[in-house]
Amino acid sequence: MAKYTFRGGIHPYDGKDISKDKPIVSLEAGSVLVFPLSQHIGAPAKPIVAKGDHVLRGQKIAEAGGFVSAPVHSSVSGTVKAIEPRRVASGDMVMSIVIENDGQNLEVAYDVPKDIEALTKEQILTAIREAGIVGMGGAGFPTHVKLSPKEPDKIEYVIANCAECEPYLTSDYRRMLEEPEKLVEGLKIILRLFDKAQGIIAIEDNKPGCITLLRSLTKNETRISVRALITKYPQGGERSLIYATTGRQINSSMLPADVGCIVNNVDTIVAVQRAVTEGKPLMERIVTVTGDAIKNPRNYKVPTGISYTEILEFAGGFAEKPEKIICGGPMMGVAIFSTDIPVTKTSTALLAFTKDAVSAMEPGPCINCGRCLEVCPGRVMPSKLADAAERFDEEAFLEMHGMECCECGCCSFICPAKRPLTQEIKSMRKIQLAKRKK
Amino acid sequence: MSEKFKVSSNPHVRAASSTASIMMLVVIALLPAAGFGIYNFGARAALVLLVTIVSCVGTEFLFGLYKKKLTITDLSAVVTGLLLGMNLPVTIPLWMAALGGVFAILVVKCLFGGLGQNFMNPALAARCFLVISFPRQMTNFISTGAGALDAYTGATPLALIKSGESVNVMDMIIGKTTGTIGETSMIAIVIGACILLLFGVIDLRVPGSYIVSFAIFTILFGGHGFEPAYLSAQLAGGGLMLGAFFMATDYVTRPITARGQYVYGIFLGIMTGIFRFLGPGAEGVSFAIVLGNLLVPLIEKYTRPIPFGGKGGKRHG
Repeated sequence: MAKYTFRGGIHPYDGKDISKDKPIVSLEAGSVLVFPLSQHIGAPAKPIVAKGDHVLRGQKIAEAGGFVSAPVHSSVSGTVKAIEPRRVASGDMVMSIVIENDGQNLEVAYDVPKDIEALTKEQILTAIREAGIVGMGGAGFPTHVKLSPKEPDKIEYVIANCAECEPYLTSDYRRMLEEPEKLVEGLKIILRLFDKAQGIIAIEDNKPGCITLLRSLTKNETRISVRALITKYPQGGERSLIYATTGRQINSSMLPADVGCIVNNVDTIVAVQRAVTEGKPLMERIVTVTGDAIKNPRNYKVPTGISYTEILEFAGGFAEKPEKIICGGPMMGVAIFSTDIPVTKTSTALLAFTKDAVSAMEPGPCINCGRCLEVCPGRVMPSKLADAAERFDEEAFLEMHGMECCECGCCSFICPAKRPLTQEIKSMRKIQLAKRKK
Repeated sequence: MSEKFKVSSNPHVRAASSTASIMMLVVIALLPAAGFGIYNFGARAALVLLVTIVSCVGTEFLFGLYKKKLTITDLSAVVTGLLLGMNLPVTIPLWMAALGGVFAILVVKCLFGGLGQNFMNPALAARCFLVISFPRQMTNFISTGAGALDAYTGATPLALIKSGESVNVMDMIIGKTTGTIGETSMIAIVIGACILLLFGVIDLRVPGSYIVSFAIFTILFGGHGFEPAYLSAQLAGGGLMLGAFFMATDYVTRPITARGQYVYGIFLGIMTGIFRFLGPGAEGVSFAIVLGNLLVPLIEKYTRPIPFGGKGGKRHG
């Protein structure tokens, strides 16, 4: 069968062997949990509990702050200790609800629908919205918004993003191996929202086990097909994935829905399945804990709000002293200076490396080799954009389509002069986006 | 946990290849042709190469002392020195070879801001500088092979063709002819080019479009129509292969855009043809490339890639 791909991209060392063969282990919540009110793109959630309140596991503790927003639920039972700014992975201080775990695990009574087949589209979307589901691959875009395009009848493809192209990450892989039926059921639920859509499960060919498993599970599903993608970063980037599976292109001014596509990550789809069939909100996720500094690298199912420090303790701590710790994958993740940071809905991984590859390399002058152009999935000119950003030439930056950068990091990865191209371009994009919001 | 970890912007991993490793590969790829030059022209060829390399690296080192920045470790000066030496006749006075190195590094490279900032290929610019300043010494070619023992002034194969004499095409392909130190052996140069292609240092866009467009130009305007022997001689001689694979592909001075690289290659092919067939000289690779270098900013401007998904930017603006 033909394999699907896009133009550009890179082949970094994938490091998945370290953690991919070990089953997921569940971790219990620690004594204190932190729930940031901004775990998603859009308006922050508004707290609906006060200091001193007792809450149950699964209870909504903050409601959506608008349409493009998502509620937050407690993953433990306990007492609200404070509502105060706490540091999150990005380094920002974000208003958060701090809950002291009472260890009782008292749970709310979930509203389980009697007949799932009888649910209307409206009811399905409501269940997803109330469960606080956001894109769990890292972007954190509220899922109910994504699933409510202006013209649902124009959606032709619902793509399950199972590429997991980030090196080292294996949480989606484990999820597909261990709970493939939930992924399929979740996708079927989403397909019910779009009468004319076909479901595509898109998996990179470095996960042949998942491809076989999901093909056999969906062989009687007329609306779902499994497609093998060539293993290449960023195959799982939304634009790359849509192009690889459908041949359609979107630029920065378009949404996937503009070309009839909706893309959701594996974990997100499983969360949808749980929300619709069991009435359970999003309050746990799978986090890959790996890297050469980790003693017991593997995937852990953890409650949201747990701190990375606690996960590390459960994971046996460090085998060796790490130099760098990353929240998320090595390509798009965020380096953190301290592990006292809560797991949010979008936390995909915790990586700990004994050596920091970046600080070991001194950036040199650009030799104009053009490798950044070759690998850029956005087909822009990273080296020239970085030059423009460096001298703060906004006009040149925009004229050379700087806004079409998807910040995947391929250019910085490949640059033989070790220039921080992605960083330069990202900073300029941030400034431009902020200007446009005004 | 109170200890702090290192923080930097993503991505947090980097590819292994570096500027120095790329330059090292170019040096390695040049060795077959340089080695053949030494075999062909004798030990003095090695001396010339040594002088140009030392003068290039030395100049960059001294300039680095002045700028308080050590840049010779990126090995680009070694590449320039080696290329310059390979573009000189073996008879060149050593002080001239050394002067060429100083000119290449100091004037063409360092004064324009160092590696990546020069708008002409330093080795070629230096060669052109030497050709203009010392035309006699720069065209003082000795014949090789058996006659090399009692060396007398010889003409390059292309000069012979131009004056209507016949040449042995096989000798030209192997390299048993006269010319500059590194340009004579097409086989050795192509072996080096294969190394560069294999390791992804270069691709065929520039050399391919250069060679193909020059071949077409030769057939159309070379005055011999489609004559395989003549065509092969034109392709094998005059440093075309060295120029196409090692100098036209110089990252810094060729367009960075894919479409621009084709345009640039075709331009070089046409210019080389014009110099060879319409001008008074028999050769023209160096001048064609140096001229092409000057057009790079213009070519780049009009060959920008179309971004993925077309020209967007509406939603944000």
